[in-house]
Amino acid sequence: MSERDEDKGLTVKRGEEFLQIFKKGAEFTQDLLKENERLRYQLLQIEEAARLRQEQAGVDDPELERLRRRVENLEQEKQEILDRIRHVEEENQDFANRYVEIENENNMLANLYIASFQLHSTLDFREVLQVITEIVINLIGAEEFAIMLLDEKTNRLTTMASEGLDQETLPTVELGQGIIGQMAKTGENYFIEDMENYQRDFTHPIVCIPLKIKEHVIGVIVIYKLLEQKSRFAEVDYELFTLLAGHAATAIFSSKLYSESERKLSTIQGFLDLMTK
Amino acid sequence: MSTYKVLVVEDSPTMRQLIIFALKRIRGLTIVEANDGVDGLKKLSSDKFDLIFTDINMPIMDGLKLVSLARNDPGYKTVPIVIITTEGASEDRERALAIGANDYITKPIQTVRIIEVARKLLNITG
Repeated sequence: MSERDEDKGLTVKRGEEFLQIFKKGAEFTQDLLKENERLRYQLLQIEEAARLRQEQAGVDDPELERLRRRVENLEQEKQEILDRIRHVEEENQDFANRYVEIENENNMLANLYIASFQLHSTLDFREVLQVITEIVINLIGAEEFAIMLLDEKTNRLTTMASEGLDQETLPTVELGQGIIGQMAKTGENYFIEDMENYQRDFTHPIVCIPLKIKEHVIGVIVIYKLLEQKSRFAEVDYELFTLLAGHAATAIFSSKLYSESERKLSTIQGFLDLMTK
Repeated sequence: MSTYKVLVVEDSPTMRQLIIFALKRIRGLTIVEANDGVDGLKKLSSDKFDLIFTDINMPIMDGLKLVSLARNDPGYKTVPIVIITTEGASEDRERALAIGANDYITKPIQTVRIIEVARKLLNITG
């Protein structure tokens, strides 16, 4: 036998050995797959049995059922408490808003009460004008304004008191003339629409409030400038204007009547003194 | 409950009434009024106050002079003083704060603001 034939025989032998090993590996893999399948089936059976046992135990165990109901009740109570907290919070917010509203109303009533009290605290004409001036400065917050009274003989409005303005420079106004005269004639309040771009004009104020006894106008309050920090009117200001329109008018009228009657009384007294001497 | 004595120095009766009206809403306050700086000074020397409200613009003696004199008095070195002013008089306000005023209230007066300032300076809660 030649050397070449020997090599060939050896190669065939090794090939057969490799084939044997490969076959054994394939068989082993097959076995493993089968075993895996069997185990998975067993696992499913065990899980199913456990689930059934658990379900059975749940239905049958009264303690577990009681605890489950207790948990449900507690969950419901928790929800109710949360709802109540939300409701109380809403109420609190509502109370806080009401408190602010009441404080504002209180502030407004205090201003109106003080203004009314002060307007009727004197029968002296000059003092009445002073009180009106104080109200317009301190409670409304005006910096430049005038109180004009109507002379019924001439039908002209003349400035009787002013603040922040030279009284001499303020013109007299004829009834029915311009905004001031018109408001005095109709008895209506006037508020300028564009307050921001206002330029002072004595014939065109930012506010004109007729002073009225019932429907009878005796004068007007005209405002030309508000204090720097006062950019617009608040609700209380409109209430104060309404109060001023009526109460300031009666206070002015009463004080004038009182002054006249005092003057007449003094004249009569002087006359009587002369007679009885 | 502790009581505090408050002096209100203001020449305008309307303003004085409004400030007193507001302060009366705080329990435990005794309020004394003075109608100008001189009257205020007299009351400061004859009594002891825990808080002072004073207007700046007043006849005879203005609020600035009153603040200055009060701060030179050892008894009123630390007593809180509130000045009442218009925004237009901001220089006066700054001067008053510089010479020792603690706070200020601008016109038009809000009763809520008076109560708030008084409570703060007297450390009254609730």
